Amino acid sequence: MKQEEINDKGRRDFIKTAAIATVAATACGSLACSCSSKHEPPKTGEKVKLLSQDGEIVEIDSSHLDHGNHMTMAVKASKKQAREGIPGRKFVMVIDLARCKNARKCVSACQKMHHLPEDKEWLTIKLMQDSDKGSPYWFPKTCFHCDNPPCVKVCPVDATFKRQDGLVLIDNERCIGCKFCMAACPYSTRVFNWNEPHQDVSIANYTPETSTPSKIGTVEKCDFCPDMIRQGLLPDCVTACPNGVFYFGDENEDAVTNGDETVSLSQLLKDRGGYRFMEELGTQPRLYYLPPKDRLFPVERGYESLPEKTKEKYKEAMEKKK
Amino acid sequence: MELNTFQQQAFDYQRPHIEKFGKRAWFWTIFYLLWIVLGGYALYRQMTKGHGITGMRDNVVWGLYIVNFIFFIGISYAGAIIAGLLHLFKVPWGKPIIRLAQMMTIISVVVGPIFILLCIGRLDRLHYLFIYARLQSPLTWDVVAVLTYFAGSVLFLYMALIKDFSVYRDAKLNIPKWKQKLYTALSLGYRGAASQKRHLIISQNLLAIIIIPLSIIVSSILSWVFGMTLRPGWHSTIFGPYFVLGALYSGCGVLIVAMWVYRKMYKLDDYFTDRHFTYLGYIMMVLAAGYGYFTFSEYFTSWFGSEKWDSEVINKLFNPAQYGWWTLFANVAGIILPIAIVAIPQTRKTGPITLVAFIMVIALWVKRYLIIVPTLESPLIPMQDTRHEYIKYSARWPEWALTFAGIATFMLFFTLISKFVTVVPVSGLEDTKNNREHAMGLLKKEKIQPA
Repeated sequence: MKQEEINDKGRRDFIKTAAIATVAATACGSLACSCSSKHEPPKTGEKVKLLSQDGEIVEIDSSHLDHGNHMTMAVKASKKQAREGIPGRKFVMVIDLARCKNARKCVSACQKMHHLPEDKEWLTIKLMQDSDKGSPYWFPKTCFHCDNPPCVKVCPVDATFKRQDGLVLIDNERCIGCKFCMAACPYSTRVFNWNEPHQDVSIANYTPETSTPSKIGTVEKCDFCPDMIRQGLLPDCVTACPNGVFYFGDENEDAVTNGDETVSLSQLLKDRGGYRFMEELGTQPRLYYLPPKDRLFPVERGYESLPEKTKEKYKEAMEKKK
Repeated sequence: MELNTFQQQAFDYQRPHIEKFGKRAWFWTIFYLLWIVLGGYALYRQMTKGHGITGMRDNVVWGLYIVNFIFFIGISYAGAIIAGLLHLFKVPWGKPIIRLAQMMTIISVVVGPIFILLCIGRLDRLHYLFIYARLQSPLTWDVVAVLTYFAGSVLFLYMALIKDFSVYRDAKLNIPKWKQKLYTALSLGYRGAASQKRHLIISQNLLAIIIIPLSIIVSSILSWVFGMTLRPGWHSTIFGPYFVLGALYSGCGVLIVAMWVYRKMYKLDDYFTDRHFTYLGYIMMVLAAGYGYFTFSEYFTSWFGSEKWDSEVINKLFNPAQYGWWTLFANVAGIILPIAIVAIPQTRKTGPITLVAFIMVIALWVKRYLIIVPTLESPLIPMQDTRHEYIKYSARWPEWALTFAGIATFMLFFTLISKFVTVVPVSGLEDTKNNREHAMGLLKKEKIQPA
């Protein structure tokens, strides 16, 4: 009983902070908000009007605006904490394929958050078609944060590791760049710093939670933004998505939110036929997909509006479809 | 140490090679060094600019370097197994070639791992492999295995050399002082006393017994670096034995070629006889059949089962627009040709056997490429990338430069070692009277004359 109560309280807390954070953050569009109750910045008294996702006008204090640089605000975890994870949590993500139209806001938000160049994507969107007669769909892909991670198994120096809260992270100060994890990952999640990363970042203390700055000759990947989570914020891809494709939450609390709505994880998976990609590999991903049934957008919508350069990526898959 | 006539002849014949470093040796040494310098420059560029200057990218994360690593380390395991078996079974005709096999073992186990180092993005953190070693990783197994194996094979060669060192020490060779001192030190005061002989034989036998299973283990572990992943074309239960056999087979080819080269350069026709080529040719043929069997099993089960990912790799391998021609070459030149050439009596001659062994070695290198690259080019999730180099691997100049530097290092070591020890073991030619007579029987006696 007691445990349940605690869980219940934890869930409510999570939903509360997550909901506040995401509503505000989505409201700010490309600007993001820091709404951590613990670290309230001094009020400036200047009010700013913003349009929320629901089309409502909200007014907030300008001190809540943070010009896209979370890193300076981040609650820095120690190296030890970064390796252990956030106690009591089991993070999980659900991606609703029925809502994705390849708006690519998640991709650019992720790149901005992690100071990645344009051609380096930790979060990619693939155009998938399961069978010849099957209809193609957009498939956003983050790291799967597997519970049985093939990448972690093969790392010779413990540079990539599994945390108790379910995240698989990389310590790029430990990584020797053997790329064995990249060969082992069946989902092509990982990217390598082939050249000197020219990033304009001023972060004093690197931890595996920030994943930034990148280092030449080391591997990196989607980290589910644990530095944001520690502040009670959602990962940037979740808040950036205009269609609420990404649900993020805690399996222990059985709750996930996409910023707009907070739902029960088990109910969502049950109602929508949630599944894990390539379950047969036995990697036990922490990422679930909801099948692209009753889609909000025709697949072409996500193709035709793309800039030429990006279009090129999907050309072959698109032509195969026709 | 006392030498019998036969050994004395062998020693006198080879004496000039360890006494002087001739013009030809200088020429080749400089030639190889030039390649090594070029490789060094490529490595310098790679270390300062990053791995971006190679052809490797996020999908094909390993390229020529890993191919070379498998290739050289395979040769090494073969050398150890061949030398170990020849020693343990006291194969009489094996005596003259045992050292060549051992040299091959040591040299390629030095050259091979250099290539795995080239794959590592942060060479400055290399020591992490030891201070943060994680036992779960097949790469850690590989590090432990290769180092153990290296120590084992160095000892195995050294034990076989002690007697020879004592011969060189006592022979009053016309050599610089340091070399004489080195021989003296390395011979460990061996005088051929009964107890010394016994200890040496026991050590050699033990090492031969250890080195054979060790080579098999190390070779399997290397295959598991690939086999333990969930990638089509790699995740196969036969990968361990497949790599062991592939190693043995390619090493057998290299041994034949090395024999031929030394025979030509040092005129060792009396020691590396046509019969040696024929016998090794037979071994090569048997291994070719075995290798062909494994290759067939691998391709056939993948193709017949036709799982999505397996089919994708198989289609790449057999599509002429992709790797089809290379697959054809690897299998015809690497399996069918050696069998045919050795099987037909008319072609079972030193020349054709050497030629076919040489081609087979190249084919096996291509085969390793076909194991590594097409699989990496077939990720489970479609690539959908606009950057061509991310989709299709093609090696760039630093990789080729370092590949040739690796081959040059391999050759350079052979040149240098053959100036330090005799290629045909002198004291190894002794043992029982029967063996000696048998070995003598292989020689065309009248040809032996001190150079």
